[in-house]
Amino acid sequence: MASRGALRVAAQHKTLVAGAAIVAVVLAAALISLVWTPYPIDVLSVADRLKGPSPAHLLGTDQFGRDMVSMLMVGARTSIAVALLAVGIGILVGVPLGLLAAARGGWLDETLMRANDLVFAFPALLSAVMITAIMGPGAINAILAIGIFNIPVFARVARGGALSLKSREFVLAARVAGKGEVRIIAEHVLPNIANLLIVQGTIQFSLGILAEAGLSYVGLGAQPPLASWGRMLNEAQTMMALAPSLALYPGLAIVVTVLGLNLMGDGLRDLLDPRLKRRTV
Amino acid sequence: MLVHAAKRFAGLFATLIVATAVVFLVLEVVPGDPAQVMLGINAQDDTLAALRDQLGLDRPAWERYASWVAGFATGDLGTSYTYSVPVADLVAARITVSLPLALLALALSTAIAIPVGVYAASKRGGWQDGGIMALTQVGIAVPNFWFAMLLVFVFAVTLRLVPSGGFPGWEAGLWPALKALLLPAIALALPQAAILARVMRSSLIDALHEDYVRTARAKGLTRRAVLWKHAVRNALIPVLTILGLQFSFLIAGTIIIENVFYLPGLGRLIFQAITQRDLIVVKSVIVLLVACVILVTFLVDLAYALVDPRLRRR
Amino acid sequence: MSGFFAVEGLDVDIHGKPILEGVSLEIGRGEIFGLVGESGSGKSMTALAAMQLLPHGAEARGRILLDGADVLSVSEAAMCRLRGRRIGMVFQEPMTALNPVKTIGQQIAEGLVLHMRMTRAQAMERVRALLDRVGLARARVTPERFPHQLSGGQRQRVVIAMAIACQPDLLIADEPTTALDVTIQAQILALIREIVEAEKMGCLLISHDLAVVAEMADRVSIMKNGEIVESGRTAALFANLSHPYSKALMAASNHVPKRAKGPAHSPANHGLQPILSVRELVRAYPQPRASLFAKSPPVVAVNRVSFDIRPGQSVGLVGESGCGKSTLARALLGLEAPNGGAISVLGQDPHSARGATREVVHRAVQVVFQDPYGSFNPRHRIGRVVAEPLYLLRGEIDAREARERVAAALTEVGLTEADMAKYPHEFSGGQRQRIAIARALVTRPKLIIADEPVSALDVSIRAQILDLFADLRARHGLAYLFISHDLSVVRAITDDVMVMNGGRIVERGRTARVFDHPRHPYTRLLVAAAPRLEEALAARQRIEEAGTG
Repeated sequence: MASRGALRVAAQHKTLVAGAAIVAVVLAAALISLVWTPYPIDVLSVADRLKGPSPAHLLGTDQFGRDMVSMLMVGARTSIAVALLAVGIGILVGVPLGLLAAARGGWLDETLMRANDLVFAFPALLSAVMITAIMGPGAINAILAIGIFNIPVFARVARGGALSLKSREFVLAARVAGKGEVRIIAEHVLPNIANLLIVQGTIQFSLGILAEAGLSYVGLGAQPPLASWGRMLNEAQTMMALAPSLALYPGLAIVVTVLGLNLMGDGLRDLLDPRLKRRTV
Repeated sequence: MLVHAAKRFAGLFATLIVATAVVFLVLEVVPGDPAQVMLGINAQDDTLAALRDQLGLDRPAWERYASWVAGFATGDLGTSYTYSVPVADLVAARITVSLPLALLALALSTAIAIPVGVYAASKRGGWQDGGIMALTQVGIAVPNFWFAMLLVFVFAVTLRLVPSGGFPGWEAGLWPALKALLLPAIALALPQAAILARVMRSSLIDALHEDYVRTARAKGLTRRAVLWKHAVRNALIPVLTILGLQFSFLIAGTIIIENVFYLPGLGRLIFQAITQRDLIVVKSVIVLLVACVILVTFLVDLAYALVDPRLRRR
Repeated sequence: MSGFFAVEGLDVDIHGKPILEGVSLEIGRGEIFGLVGESGSGKSMTALAAMQLLPHGAEARGRILLDGADVLSVSEAAMCRLRGRRIGMVFQEPMTALNPVKTIGQQIAEGLVLHMRMTRAQAMERVRALLDRVGLARARVTPERFPHQLSGGQRQRVVIAMAIACQPDLLIADEPTTALDVTIQAQILALIREIVEAEKMGCLLISHDLAVVAEMADRVSIMKNGEIVESGRTAALFANLSHPYSKALMAASNHVPKRAKGPAHSPANHGLQPILSVRELVRAYPQPRASLFAKSPPVVAVNRVSFDIRPGQSVGLVGESGCGKSTLARALLGLEAPNGGAISVLGQDPHSARGATREVVHRAVQVVFQDPYGSFNPRHRIGRVVAEPLYLLRGEIDAREARERVAAALTEVGLTEADMAKYPHEFSGGQRQRIAIARALVTRPKLIIADEPVSALDVSIRAQILDLFADLRARHGLAYLFISHDLSVVRAITDDVMVMNGGRIVERGRTARVFDHPRHPYTRLLVAAAPRLEEALAARQRIEEAGTG
């Protein structure tokens, strides 16, 4: 019964299934790369440079003789780790701030929202530039810079959701029942904004992947020997005329991953939207 | 209206002040000794002392901050450590590339996205709509710098229609300069246009479900007339929000894209400055870019009042 | 009577699901035709079919004749020439029916330029005349105004001006006053009647309110589930209803719960200590600055209000939207701190009480809200929803007793213990209101504050919920503060009433006395504006007799 229900949901939400499938493949590649890659990526071999696709190297090798499949797998790990941690920072800091602003209101709300606007004025790239200027480049910079940019995004979503619930009668009823602010947030507000946060989380995840690629492309993100898609593109740029496929695969990897996440986000929104849900019940 | 504008203006000013303070704190106070950061740990004592002197590190932080901020008004932003030229001159030369590029991209993406979004909304549910939605879905997922590399490969390397990079300067004439900016602008604009078109479409579809659309239909207006005369203007309100946010992405995108095309803009300047650890250049360029974003947000706020009469009071 | 507008055997399906079946009616010039029914009866769908503005996926069969030509068979282009020109329409929601980014002048002129081929200048001249015609010129409403600068009633006048701009033959008014206060409703209805008479238009008036229809319509059809169950001349029809549904509808509209004999309010109660005592209560909100230099004065929503509620007493609080009645309720419930005055529940101030005292106070006063859809967390089962106020008794009762109390409360309101495992969306509007009452009962309160508890319900459901309130009061000696804009509801359920206007209580007394012999000018206005079914039918009767005689 339950599995049949799941199948029906799957049939109704083709975008969700397609997106989740793509994300699952990328995630699997990233996880496997932790324990196994077809070839090690920190061994350079001039003899194997710029090989075309073959059974030994399915997607060929780059100008340093590294296996493209292995590079892409490790790159997936870097992208996902950076983007996921950045989303984590955004949620852990942003959501409490947003809830606080909505609950207290007044000058605190005003101050927090102004601070939000201020952070919005610093695109992740500029934050990364500043952090790199004092700390030197590295994947941590990318996580911090993207994470900081995520904070106001989640704060806004949480605040907006909480405000729209604040005047709802079931929240008033909970207050009449003598429940305190924290308890009401835990019982009534968070469960009802969880959907919004999940959908926003997928969006920020995919934006994080794009941002990480950009940062490592300009050298502000992951440093060698750690492979990342953006860095691979940077290295491929000088080889464009000679070996365009070096620039093709990492780019496609980014596009497919982001596409998968976006499809999943759209699908989740359709699935979790209570208006649509009521219709199917 | 006046109160609204005055409040906004005060807010703009305050945000700018706080933004400069943040940049100053991060780059000059948090590291402890900026001179040490700039020169690295192997620096000679006398070079360090000379740089400390140039930076005026013997003065208290707030005094240095005040004179730096005052420098934005007087045009004296100090002298670059690596280039040994006034930072203001460096920035002035580079901004003539970056700003036109960002504006060109913004104009291009708006010009593409609005009509496409309106068209998709007017055909919602049809195959044209489906095709546009699929295309924009992919467009959102494409990193602009990779798209730029593909454009270079196709139009510059293979077809040789445009230069693959570099900038002849505005003194070489309007057309050659624009030609050099065309590919970068397209690379920046198309992914942004994909997002904007989707927002336009969904906001227009929402607007078409509003009661006033039914009222207008009851007056005898055709579907088409209702769409253009009533729904589009209301649908532009959320689009404006996204447009404001996008400018911040465009600024970041410009900085990255300049690397693909070897354009001598602020992006190149800032990356060279970072490699050289030239904090004097970095802090002023960052503030300038942040100020651009803040200013655009301010303009978007004012534009709201133009589109939506409900915001004119208050 | 032969009509210029006729609907013949109209069927409407949406995605194959029948919505209307065999609807027929006929309207003559200068005649108001009333279409009544509860929500979902298909009355609005009938109007939209006549305008050919049915939602996507809808299919209409049958004939809709305008001067003999079938509206259903003309092309979309021809229909565009017809809409606004031959048929004008007024909608329910004046707050959203106008485009917020265009001036009202532009919006009224639009139809004139389109249909009458007027120049912009000619159209604007006519717009001024129309604004005068609908009574807006007097209120200094100029064509340059935007919708958000007008009140709800003024916006509805703008919508009417738009609908009659091209002097259509038929005016369709779909619940034109449902979203408005009674005094405004009376003005808008009078305006519609006057225009229909003067311009010799036909009018299709759609309403859920029998009293409104009885007051306005020459002939009436009663709809249920997409079919017309009964039609006729208004007074004659209501005097001899034959269909069981129309009889039930009529009974529900006039419903007054049986007065209980138990411990209800009697002069003897006056000796008892009041449960709730309010003295000189003030609640004010700060206003945004109007100019840079002057601070705007605060809006005083509740202005020095005093009253007592004694055990078992049922007190009504009536007033129009914005009069401060809901703000007062929130202050009494401890949701908003007052700016002045004193509230005392069982001798304690709910805002300053802490700890155990606070819990005793809050246990004694519970609440039922208006919206049966927004009252519950959609993710909680009914058992948890109803048990929520038991938080006030934590430490005193264990889980078993809590469960028993919830089950008992559900039984009290006519639901069952089995309903505890269900989610809110599994219940109808009326059932949800029962759940909300069960939640209020679970702490065994002394007083229930009910804020518009039946306003969102259809009349037949409304009658059942009113009975439930009366019944619970009889059984438990509950006191009520019954807040409503609807005088008939308050009259049916309360002993005493307070009339609120502009934050003050302007009149109070025994309910029957206040409504039958109002003393304050505002109360008189309110009572006169409220449509009353019996009086309207009596007046209708005289007209019909004069017509035949």
